[in-house]
Amino acid sequence: MLNLLEARDVRVRFRSKSVIKSLIERDDDPFLDAVCGVSLNVKPGETFAIVGESGSGKTTLARAITGLVKAQEGSIRYLDKELIGLSSSQFRPLRRDIAMMFQDPIGSLSPRLTVESLITEPFKIHGVKVDDYAEEARRLLSMVGLPAHFASRYPFQLSGGQARRVGVARALALSPKLIVADEPTAGLDVSVQGEILNLLATLQSELGLSLLIITHNLSVVRHISDRMGIMYLGRFIEQGNTDDIFEQAKHPYTQALLSANHDPDPDAHSERIELQGEVPSLLQRPMGCEFHTRCPHAKDICRSQVPEMRYSTSGHQAQCHLIDAI
Amino acid sequence: MTVSSLKQMLVMPSFEFLTGFKLAIKRLCKEPLGLLGLILVTLIVGSAILAPWIVPHDPIAIDVLNRLKGPSAEHWLGTDQLGRDIFSRVLMGSQVALKVAFSAISLALGFGLLLGLIAGFGPAWLDHIIVTLFDTVRSFPTIIFALAVVTLTGPSLTTIILVIVVTSIPIYGRVVRTQTQALSAQEFILAERALGASMPRILGVHMLPNVIGQLLILASMDVPIVITIEAGLSFLGLGIQPPTPSWGTILNDGYLFIRNTPWMIIAGGIPLILCTLGFTFLGESLRDIFDPKLRKDI
Amino acid sequence: MTELILDVHDLSIDYRTPRGKLKALRNINMQIPKGKIVGIVGESGCGKSTLIGAIINLLASNAEVTKGGVKLAEDELFNLSKKQMQALRGDRFSMVFQDPMTSLNPVVSIGNQMIDIQYRDKISKKEKAAKAAAMLDKVGIPDPESRLSQYPHEFSGGMLQRIAIAMALLVEPELLIADEPTTALDATLEVQIIYRLKELQASQGCSILFISHHLGVIAELCDEVVVMYSGEVVEKGSVRDIFHNPSHPYTQKLLQCDPAAIKQKTRDLPTILGSLPDLIEVPKGCIFAERCDSASANCHENKPKVSQLNDNHMASCHLLNEAGALYA
Repeated sequence: MLNLLEARDVRVRFRSKSVIKSLIERDDDPFLDAVCGVSLNVKPGETFAIVGESGSGKTTLARAITGLVKAQEGSIRYLDKELIGLSSSQFRPLRRDIAMMFQDPIGSLSPRLTVESLITEPFKIHGVKVDDYAEEARRLLSMVGLPAHFASRYPFQLSGGQARRVGVARALALSPKLIVADEPTAGLDVSVQGEILNLLATLQSELGLSLLIITHNLSVVRHISDRMGIMYLGRFIEQGNTDDIFEQAKHPYTQALLSANHDPDPDAHSERIELQGEVPSLLQRPMGCEFHTRCPHAKDICRSQVPEMRYSTSGHQAQCHLIDAI
Repeated sequence: MTVSSLKQMLVMPSFEFLTGFKLAIKRLCKEPLGLLGLILVTLIVGSAILAPWIVPHDPIAIDVLNRLKGPSAEHWLGTDQLGRDIFSRVLMGSQVALKVAFSAISLALGFGLLLGLIAGFGPAWLDHIIVTLFDTVRSFPTIIFALAVVTLTGPSLTTIILVIVVTSIPIYGRVVRTQTQALSAQEFILAERALGASMPRILGVHMLPNVIGQLLILASMDVPIVITIEAGLSFLGLGIQPPTPSWGTILNDGYLFIRNTPWMIIAGGIPLILCTLGFTFLGESLRDIFDPKLRKDI
Repeated sequence: MTELILDVHDLSIDYRTPRGKLKALRNINMQIPKGKIVGIVGESGCGKSTLIGAIINLLASNAEVTKGGVKLAEDELFNLSKKQMQALRGDRFSMVFQDPMTSLNPVVSIGNQMIDIQYRDKISKKEKAAKAAAMLDKVGIPDPESRLSQYPHEFSGGMLQRIAIAMALLVEPELLIADEPTTALDATLEVQIIYRLKELQASQGCSILFISHHLGVIAELCDEVVVMYSGEVVEKGSVRDIFHNPSHPYTQKLLQCDPAAIKQKTRDLPTILGSLPDLIEVPKGCIFAERCDSASANCHENKPKVSQLNDNHMASCHLLNEAGALYA
């Protein structure tokens, strides 16, 4: 099937020093790579999850895909259109197809606007003719399971879960084909997380949406995504079918992440893998395999040679020298 | 910026505001201090508009026989050194005071808002230019600046307004710039960008309502300050020319004759105090009303 | 009877609001035995923050204790003067907060902050610095002596949280209150923090009150668990009682909802339908009746009694009274 979204070797670089400072210090590479050669594709109706911890570059990648951050290298294609290098006015018509949801359920809603204004705003922005905004607001509210009287509320009067639903309604307004959701369950209670994820799943099967979900929460990923990629220092270190990865994680980092999200049982703690140290700085990437500073299995080869992305026996890819050994 | 987007920016916010305008007045009446402010301001503005018809005496008619008299049934606030009725002069003076205050502040607020939004949300180089400009203007003492302008143009009401506008733009501009910068780091602005909202829309619909509250209170507290600046400039002979009455000239006359009679300075001071209180109370309640989070009834 | 470090007995707290009195906590009973780690589980709005506020005696100005109290060992905290209370904080109990970036002073070096906190001890500054470095070493900060002169912004979030824990334990408190200390951290760092906390607790012998919404962390770290819902304790017991034999319908639901507990892949995740009750007009029956699948008319009408399921496992539910035999 044709890919809806296809990213190839995307690289996002940020300036780490001011122009003047880099001139004075004669630093001819005053940049850091927040996203470092990532490739992924999303098919129609599919859910792809980008998993990573803070600083892994997952949010930057999502923003590069939605054109909020400029990617310097690689290609991001939506259907047949190249997204990298588009000006904001050229990108605008595409925003009807690619909607984005942000982390903070309440903070991502303009505080002085009512729910009705918020969820009908996409129509106003894109000049879509609507006869009755109130009616349209009611339709969208009922789609996300909120009663019609919420239309007159302000964001600060909503609970986290309700605000998240409003965010979903806003994303749905223009009938997009792809929704990029940055931490859709962040800041929500467990009982509410399920509601939001179920809502997304229902909407996806009804409307045939594709979802690109960015999250740090592995236990959520298992249930909602078809395929996933795990990011560390701006790269995918493991990528493949969600089921495969959960059954047979190949990369030691993935294994550690999985063990940290194990099921809540007081007798299960021996299974946890404790990683040493912290995530290295993007300014000083480790030599060789970038994970070797924290890897419990690191060997000499890991400290000197960069591993290639390899296919494991179960068909998914992982970037590790010891892929068959562990 | 296209014409339609300009229209969008100008029409959208005012439209979303006006729906709540009646409600705002209703809410204002519920707060005791807000109501007091509203009454005082209405009183001052009302008397300024009606002044020519309600003054009991001609404010510039000289009556040397009755000079420096205390309050009486004939002259409620007494008479000045030329025997002019002070009450009538205060009433007429409010016209000048408010004319200067409103025109100067609304112009300064408008320009300050625009420049502040551009500096706060626009590219960094533009921000640098605008902030440098603000600092340059603020580094001139107002009076010296006024003297310089008057030497070039001659004293007049327009000159006073011009001087006040130019020197207050940076005050508003800086507040708006700081607020805009704080807001643009917030997620909802990013969310609007991801939705494809144009720059004018982000500024007009999402930034403006969040900075206008602060600005309104600043502006209403500025009214009495501007009136005193006008008074000061008039005293130096750079503003209102005698015999036209203004609160500044009344105060200054009162200051000269304070040994003979305290009435003049009291008569010139009271409206200034009432004005300060009225506009400050009104400004504070307006801020609360425009911020849905501070509203008490929901 | 084990010795209790903290005894919250029959505590009720109201907040004065424009709409009337909001009954934030109602008849809270919970105890922390000496040397144990007790976890509080509950979703937003369950009253966790108010309870912590009451324990450290720093409640909002519109809060009002209507009943009950808090005992730290032998001292009834609400009877203490402001000054006596002040003397307790940072001596007999200390706190670790959710966000280490904002709980440490950004313009004072780590070393000075750690020296300042020992102001009660009559030892030289040098000895205090040595104690601080030793404690940093214990929480796993490499090269502690030289890092004492660094400022909070020079550390990562995980490091800062470990420093915050080191500071809290430096005063050798009887009780450490940890309010969502791992929420702001990544999963791999969370593991580190939990292990350090566990080791330190074992070596220092203090008690810990650990608040978290992350069930996995609670299961791993705590000895006993208190489950709160809408200002009431609905169930409490040993960590195995709660996780292996949850008895209150809310606890059962909450455990089911945790996506980590669901082994089978599903696109229909369990949720708890409905919303939190209004605490200004508290429902007269069971507080969870509105959202409970097995609620009967009795549940809506009458408050359930506390059922003692074993020595320290108890739950407040009508269904347990009827089926008491099951658990006897």
